[in-house]
Amino acid sequence: MMLRGLWKLTWIELKIFLREPLGAFGTIVIPVLVFVVTGRIVGHREPSASLAASNFISVGLPVLASVLITISAVLSLVTIISIYREGGILKRLRATPLRPQTILTAHVVVKLLLTAATLVLMVLVGKRYYPVGIDVPLFGFTLALLISTCSILSMGFLIASIVPTARFAQPIGAVILYPMIGISGLFAPVAALPPALQVVARVVPLTYAVSLLEGIWKGDAWSAHLGDVGALALVFIACTALSAKVFRWQ
Amino acid sequence: MPTVIQVSAVRKTYGATVAVDEVSFAVNEGEIFGLIGPNGAGKTTTMECIEGLRTPDRGAISVLGLNPFSDVYKLQERIGIQLQEAQLQKRIKVWEAVDLWASLYRKKRIDGERLLEQLGLIDKRNAWFMNLSGGQKQRLFIALALINDPELVFLDELTTGLDPQARRAIWDLVRGIRARGKTVFLTTHLMEEAERLCDRVAIIEHGRIIDIDTPQSLVNRHCPERTVVLATDDGSAAERFRTIPRIDAVTCSDSQFTIRGRGDDLVTDVIQCLSENRIRVTDFRTILPNLEDVFLKLTGHSIRD
Repeated sequence: MMLRGLWKLTWIELKIFLREPLGAFGTIVIPVLVFVVTGRIVGHREPSASLAASNFISVGLPVLASVLITISAVLSLVTIISIYREGGILKRLRATPLRPQTILTAHVVVKLLLTAATLVLMVLVGKRYYPVGIDVPLFGFTLALLISTCSILSMGFLIASIVPTARFAQPIGAVILYPMIGISGLFAPVAALPPALQVVARVVPLTYAVSLLEGIWKGDAWSAHLGDVGALALVFIACTALSAKVFRWQ
Repeated sequence: MPTVIQVSAVRKTYGATVAVDEVSFAVNEGEIFGLIGPNGAGKTTTMECIEGLRTPDRGAISVLGLNPFSDVYKLQERIGIQLQEAQLQKRIKVWEAVDLWASLYRKKRIDGERLLEQLGLIDKRNAWFMNLSGGQKQRLFIALALINDPELVFLDELTTGLDPQARRAIWDLVRGIRARGKTVFLTTHLMEEAERLCDRVAIIEHGRIIDIDTPQSLVNRHCPERTVVLATDDGSAAERFRTIPRIDAVTCSDSQFTIRGRGDDLVTDVIQCLSENRIRVTDFRTILPNLEDVFLKLTGHSIRD
């Protein structure tokens, strides 16, 4: 019942996205290129790379790339929702038996599919051209990324629910999401941050996503990261519930 | 005739603004009913309350025997909606939109391709929405409103922004909807559109309904004045014209006479007078009031102000 129209809408939204100028290229090809090129530059500049540098190339950079891809997917979702709302597209879709959840789910599925496609490509290309051999628990990492993505997407929805116009959607989303990367523990361990920033890092959902992704990438057991998963689930539930309350259709 | 829409004492406010105030009316099955008034009069708000897209603060609405708020999904299955200034995804193709909409409803009785053909959009089936003209977009929205073979169709400012030719084509389409036994509820600020298309109209201003009836009855009730303008060289004409019953005034400049009076019989009476007195005329025309004049009389200002 609730699923009526979901797959057709998802399929159409996917096709529409790929018709955008730079749609497929900007979402899938560019992140993969940046990932490989950065890896090669950093990897080649220091032949006897320090431990920190090599650690960054083998763990930090792939996780950073994954997080960046996710955030860019979320920002694109925030923008699309704002444009659809401003143009009256959401309202037109709502004047049918289509359930609101179905419309939003279709967009989330499209973003998840694109994120997955990008990551698969990244792994395939990475295996061939990346300086450090990629030998990771792929299934586990995919699952960890899915959990992180759902959590970050729910934050995106909350932003999309509040941001007044399409013009501000992308910049406001970027201002909220990108700084989270800086204190997420990707570049410096959270414990090494100034105490005030540590407090902020503890409440920023991205910290838990990064911790989970790095851990699983390095081969940690899931049992070591139950706290991260719990925190991300909490964020997901809270943001979804809140945006369901404050979301405007027009 | 069964009632399809029943609106009773509906009120809707946005902050301090009262958009719709104690509005009541009924729409009968099989008619084209028009809600007419200037922009900002409360037409769209009223319509969206009936469609279940907005919740009124007070009052009761029944549509096809359903409550548009608690039964909104049941209602959506049975109605078709065209929204004012709606858009679709820029790069959705015409056939994709029709196909998507067709998949949203439980019953599937209308063939989307045939609908596109009927609406003259079959050549555009692979075009992106953003590349359609205004008239083509409106025809697509009509297609989407009809895809579920609805019993009741809502059209909000359907022809706004279209050129006269496209407008006439759309009017024919709307008459076609009625011919298939559907009820049409529309809003417009174009008096000509209301006059040509609607079986009955409700005039709304500042959120209040001023009067409801057939366009002709509204004109007869509020603007009974009729005017005949004719040209004749007959010297006795002025005197003869003054004997016509229910005449308000006869004025003359050069050989052109303007005869003002009341009631539907005026034109017949003038013709009879001309014929009985064998008055030779070189020009003859009538000036009849229309909904525009009714609106002016009822509100004290033109609908375009």
